[in-house]
Amino acid sequence: MVGLLDLVVRRYEKKLQLKGKVHRFESDVNTDVIIPARYLNVSEPGELAKHCMEDIDPEFTAKVNPGDIIVATTNFGCGSSREHAPLAIKACGVSCVIAQSFARIFFRNAINIGLPLLEYTESLDVIENGDILEVDLSTGVIKNITKNKTVMANPYPEFMMDIIDANGLIEYTKHQLQET
Amino acid sequence: MKTLTEKILAAHSDKRKVNTNEFVNVKVDMVLSNDVTAPLAIKEFRRLGVSKVFDSKKVIMVPDHFCPNKDIQSAEQAKLMREFAKEQGINYFEVGRMGIEHVLLPEQGFVLPRQVIVGADSHTCTYGALGAFATGMGSTDVAVAMATGEIWMKVPPTIKFSYHGKLPEWVGGKDLILYTIGDIGVDGALYSVMEFDGEVIDELPMDGRFTMANMAIEAGAKAGMFKVDGKIEEYMKQHSRHYHSERVEKSCSDENAEYSRIIEYDVSRIEPQVAFPHIPSNTKPVSHARGVKLDQVLIGGCTNGRLGDLRVAAKFLHGRQIHSDLRCIILPGSQKVYLDALREGLIETFIKAGAAVSTPTCGPCLGGHMGVLAAGERCLSTTNRNFVGRMGSPKSEVYLAGPAVAAASAIQGRIASPEEVIY
Ligand code: SF4
Repeated sequence: MVGLLDLVVRRYEKKLQLKGKVHRFESDVNTDVIIPARYLNVSEPGELAKHCMEDIDPEFTAKVNPGDIIVATTNFGCGSSREHAPLAIKACGVSCVIAQSFARIFFRNAINIGLPLLEYTESLDVIENGDILEVDLSTGVIKNITKNKTVMANPYPEFMMDIIDANGLIEYTKHQLQET
Repeated sequence: MKTLTEKILAAHSDKRKVNTNEFVNVKVDMVLSNDVTAPLAIKEFRRLGVSKVFDSKKVIMVPDHFCPNKDIQSAEQAKLMREFAKEQGINYFEVGRMGIEHVLLPEQGFVLPRQVIVGADSHTCTYGALGAFATGMGSTDVAVAMATGEIWMKVPPTIKFSYHGKLPEWVGGKDLILYTIGDIGVDGALYSVMEFDGEVIDELPMDGRFTMANMAIEAGAKAGMFKVDGKIEEYMKQHSRHYHSERVEKSCSDENAEYSRIIEYDVSRIEPQVAFPHIPSNTKPVSHARGVKLDQVLIGGCTNGRLGDLRVAAKFLHGRQIHSDLRCIILPGSQKVYLDALREGLIETFIKAGAAVSTPTCGPCLGGHMGVLAAGERCLSTTNRNFVGRMGSPKSEVYLAGPAVAAASAIQGRIASPEEVIY
């Protein structure tokens, strides 16, 4: 994870130390429940946030506080390619999503729009709904304050770090275009 | 020794060889978006500070999800897209001339074997049926592809699925892919390419192949691939505007190409499949699904809205009546499919049977319009997703099946096996 510190500092507005309450989900949380298609006739993040997770947990938007963390098991974000899904999660104030695995389009989209994701392939039984986590994006260390347990997330592939470093895909591409 | 995917990606990144998990910059032959994903893509495109798309002939926008406009907000989104399309002089299909993107693009000859296509729609993987490497992405990725004609990719491993034996009657592409997803799960091919092969695939008509490639994403796959064979060549002859200038060359994975897994199925005994709520991998043979009472049957969409699918449905509905307690909605995938079905008399069959036939739109498939479900209602649909709330109320239920089971069920008012109607 060497170097990730610098990258993430720029990418996520210097917010490296995240702290928040866990909203725990299981496997295969799909983009249709993250943001139902019936709300996709608009694309403003603020509007989308009002309906985030509505079909899997109708209370979610009332419960979520800025900084909170979504934790899920495998295949988080499966289904459609709608970028509205990570946008809605981010606009709710969720600071990062931790999962054992992510669906590939969701993963790209989240990186592109600046929603931090952490992949932790081992069992996530050590994290329960309502636990308070401290996450250090620079090291990948996930500390469960409630349970006094610490685990370590997988590092990002180097190529993706270049994109993160550049402050997202649009800035990265702008830079590339200027060079040519 | 390379897989077809590796060959295509190498050719599009000016490399002699690419390796699994390597990051490559790939040139794209076509970039797609729709009325839900284009508005975001256009916004990101503007942020890039580029004035023109990389090649106006290689960018397509299709107003299919909430079009014909279902409300004022969706009308605004469609308008934004229409104006951008006009400004850029890109390919755009207006209502009345359009179709659901994944039916429309192959049919209009926009897809060629061995192309690389990216689309801001997860079912872009449908074009693998023509031996193209096609994959869904988000709006920001697509904005970059529209501006530069390139996109980064991680070279995926390939899982080969071989289907052997002889398909029983009324078992088609939809049943094969549902059976496969039921076996491997919705993340069974995560980050991988699903390559479909075996003598059953050799015999499978193009419509069935489109259905299978379409649902590769439902197993988490990046793409669903078919080798370029005589059936594809034949399809291209009928559909491709480029065919006369660019010959279709047969191509496939090398014999000893490296697969991450090889999975073999004997399909001689499989039944038509039904996926129960709320996940496409929750599949059962239709004999274990019979009797579930239904409020609606939807036949069509990008998965099963092609002429071959409507022909199957018409075989059941001809001279019969839709059950009185049930609505049956039929969604031809494109204007061409609609017109061909009309000429063959299929539309008359549907209307006489008591079905509603709609202009092409995604509509009810994503709970947009034209057949949204109320709480407690149950729909059997030939589309590809049955997630909670997918077609309307989060308290409704969606079952997935092919057109034969769908049409038989529409007649019976409950999930029925095809043999109950045609024996
Ligand atoms: S028919 Fe359904 S699955 Fe296909 S593109 Fe439209 S919304 Fe997506």
